[in-house]
Amino acid sequence: MTDILKINESIVPKFPKHVRFRFNKPRKEWVILAPERLVKMDPIAVEILQLVDGERTVKNIASELSEKFNAPLETILADVIEMLQDLSDKGFIEENG
Amino acid sequence: MDDVKLKKASEHGIQPPLALLAELSHRCPLQCPYCSNPVQLEKKTGELTTDEWKSVIDQAVEMGMHQIHLSGGEPTVRHDLEDIVEHCTKQGLYTNLITSGVLLNPDRLKKLEKLGLEHVQLSFQDTDSDNADRIGGFKGGHEKKLEVAKWVRDVELPLTCNCVVHRQNIDNLENFIQMALDLDAERVEIAQVQYYGWALKNRAAFIPTPDQLDHATEIVEKARVDLKGKLVIDYVIPDYYAKHPKNCMGGWGRRFLNMNPKGDVLPCHAAETIPHLKFDNVREKSLKWIWENSEAFNIYRGTDWMPDPCKTCDRKEIDWGGCRCQAMALTGDAKSTDPACSLSPLHQEIFSMAAEEAKRPPPEFIYRRYGVRFNSPT
Repeated sequence: MTDILKINESIVPKFPKHVRFRFNKPRKEWVILAPERLVKMDPIAVEILQLVDGERTVKNIASELSEKFNAPLETILADVIEMLQDLSDKGFIEENG
Repeated sequence: MDDVKLKKASEHGIQPPLALLAELSHRCPLQCPYCSNPVQLEKKTGELTTDEWKSVIDQAVEMGMHQIHLSGGEPTVRHDLEDIVEHCTKQGLYTNLITSGVLLNPDRLKKLEKLGLEHVQLSFQDTDSDNADRIGGFKGGHEKKLEVAKWVRDVELPLTCNCVVHRQNIDNLENFIQMALDLDAERVEIAQVQYYGWALKNRAAFIPTPDQLDHATEIVEKARVDLKGKLVIDYVIPDYYAKHPKNCMGGWGRRFLNMNPKGDVLPCHAAETIPHLKFDNVREKSLKWIWENSEAFNIYRGTDWMPDPCKTCDRKEIDWGGCRCQAMALTGDAKSTDPACSLSPLHQEIFSMAAEEAKRPPPEFIYRRYGVRFNSPT
């Protein structure tokens, strides 16, 4: 059991062992799979979650996306934190370490 | 059944199913009086073989299913469980084991973890070990389960505690939540007994009073806030006390399918309680064909089959008419409105009867007796 996680830019997020982020080929969609849970991810979430590898920090993730989409880092960072916090509250994201 | 041509899955715009509930065997060492398996249990000799299950798994993946729940009865009675788990995970299905745990040992769990099993759901009958063993009809069961939970965490497998609650253990609800925390579980399922099949025989022994239920709901809601991000709590109330019927299985034949040990494909695990349904079997037809064409699925798909008041209800595509098996059990007609719905003409009569049962002292359990060779009830 871990304490409640507050996502900030220096945290290294990862998927807990029981959570899978997978591409379903016949359905052509990315989903988060967890016990009795199945969450379809929108294209923005997919971009973020593909960078969640247990090595990149939240800030690393935001800067890569900021470059890729040529968007302001501050905005992207806020979006990334908000989304990861929501997933963390639901038990789909934890801190590596 | 009349001869009206039934629409198929694709004609309803229904996508392939999301998950498969695989009842590997009906055999079980426990004898819970609320067992969800059909009253007529399948014998070992009729069970699908390892290769037959592997073929089902391949078909499920090709159809785009995401998850498989390996259940029973007790799935660990099968000596080929390891082969089945290995095949599921190799094919990319999210693989979940739903078990009573009492037949497991550390080596077997270690092996299952290595083979890629993703999650274990362990059932608990109570937090008080004497009462838990009495409910499950298996002496020493509760202590063994506590040990099994530790073994699950030792091999770093994620754990959900499945807790079935009712009037004879609902006062321990806070203890259930604390137990899940103490066992380092990620998730706890607090499910009130649902009354069909064997559980309906024991309804008077299980149904809580409305006050007990309200108190339980308060505890769960508070714990959900306090434990947000620490422990996921899923909560199922008895639909007898709900305003609307549950949208059972997300609608008949819309999202899930269930396979019994001999390979019959069912829209839900209780569907065999509807006597006129004829099920197709994976030994004769492909899973894909069955999902699209099976009469047992198409008969209650969509809204065409609905009676009044469902037909004109603005919730008809939210509740999908509630639970067909409950309608069958309580009204004798699977097509009638689920009596859990306050708009059912039978709602008042049936639920005031249940509320009366809840006020009286609970009668003795009627146990089911599949597992007597393992142990006897206390």
